Amino acid sequence: MKASIRKIATFVEETRNEMGRTIAPPTRRAAAVAVIENPYAGKYVEDLSELMLIGEELGELLTLRAVAALGIPPTSVESYGKAAAVGENGEIEHAAAILHPKLGAPVRKVLGGGAALIPSSKKRGGLGVVLDIPLGHKDAAFVRSHFDSMEVRVNDAPRGNEIMVAVAVTDSGRPLARVGGLAKHQIKGEDGLR
Amino acid sequence: MPEVQVRKKFTAVEEIFHEGGPVSCVPLRRAAALAVIRNPFAGAYVKEISGFMDDLKPLGLEMARALVVALGGDAKVVEGYGKGAIVGAAGELEHGALWHVPGGYAMREILGDAKAIVASTKKVGSPGTRLDVPITHINASYVRSHFDAMEVGLADAPRSDEILLALVMTTGPRVHARVGGLKASEIKGEDGLR
Repeated sequence: MKASIRKIATFVEETRNEMGRTIAPPTRRAAAVAVIENPYAGKYVEDLSELMLIGEELGELLTLRAVAALGIPPTSVESYGKAAAVGENGEIEHAAAILHPKLGAPVRKVLGGGAALIPSSKKRGGLGVVLDIPLGHKDAAFVRSHFDSMEVRVNDAPRGNEIMVAVAVTDSGRPLARVGGLAKHQIKGEDGLR
Repeated sequence: MPEVQVRKKFTAVEEIFHEGGPVSCVPLRRAAALAVIRNPFAGAYVKEISGFMDDLKPLGLEMARALVVALGGDAKVVEGYGKGAIVGAAGELEHGALWHVPGGYAMREILGDAKAIVASTKKVGSPGTRLDVPITHINASYVRSHFDAMEVGLADAPRSDEILLALVMTTGPRVHARVGGLKASEIKGEDGLR
């Protein structure tokens, strides 16, 4: 284990009714968040490769946790997203090092695919900072019904020398999606976009 | 009394390995189950509301069972509990008090013969309001190592005509508990207090 993990939080949200309309089956999404020590807190370090390896490790761990929390086969996941919040003694580039170089491959390995870009967000913030994890369809980024986001926060994180890393997965799009665009049954699946 | 209408459900699990001290060999886990329901009494003063407590009993049991599942499925691992409610702006605090009986007795039933009163808190609030749900030992309220709290809340709830209901369970003492007082090993188990 490369990451020094202080805590892991998982969240599951199930929407059964919206504006008086029953959502059947309910839309469900889950996020797993790890709170880790930032090995580069408080100093400028040129080579961020340790955080890249931590990203690889957390990509697998958090995806497994989120899928387990949803209680579905990994291949049934429809959309995904990732995000990180760096404590006050770190840089935004630390979030980038975790999220972008190596985190995606193990996510796709767990899910058995995922041609689309994994949408992401990042910020620096204090304890209890809110992360809005963007969500997009895992096979075709243009599927409009699956453009969404999931808010997560952990009240005691990130401390100054910590980083919060999050992966979110869903079994569905928005509860009452009706703004047109590419639908999931129209996915060609050639380029990760459409 | 009116039917219980659930808009969404939410589950959160925290697994805490350390908080700057020695890594615990058994991580502390805290879980929260939230349900957002329509407040049937929103917008007017209704004198007779107590019958709604009976209507909430099945939901209480469903949430208590979901918490045990979120903690691995064995009720024996549960050592602490608490409950709370956030009433949307068109309701009154007394509507939150409707949760005391169905929420508390549901957990005591699912956990076997839990003896201690279920610690609780409630408030009137808006979407995004956070609630610090107090936690105490399930068999003896004075066990100092198990005094704890879990922050819960949802970005989009409660709307003004809704109530957010919460139940919380934990699997042990605070991760670095060391301020003395009655220990779990010293519980007499006669009165729910010591």
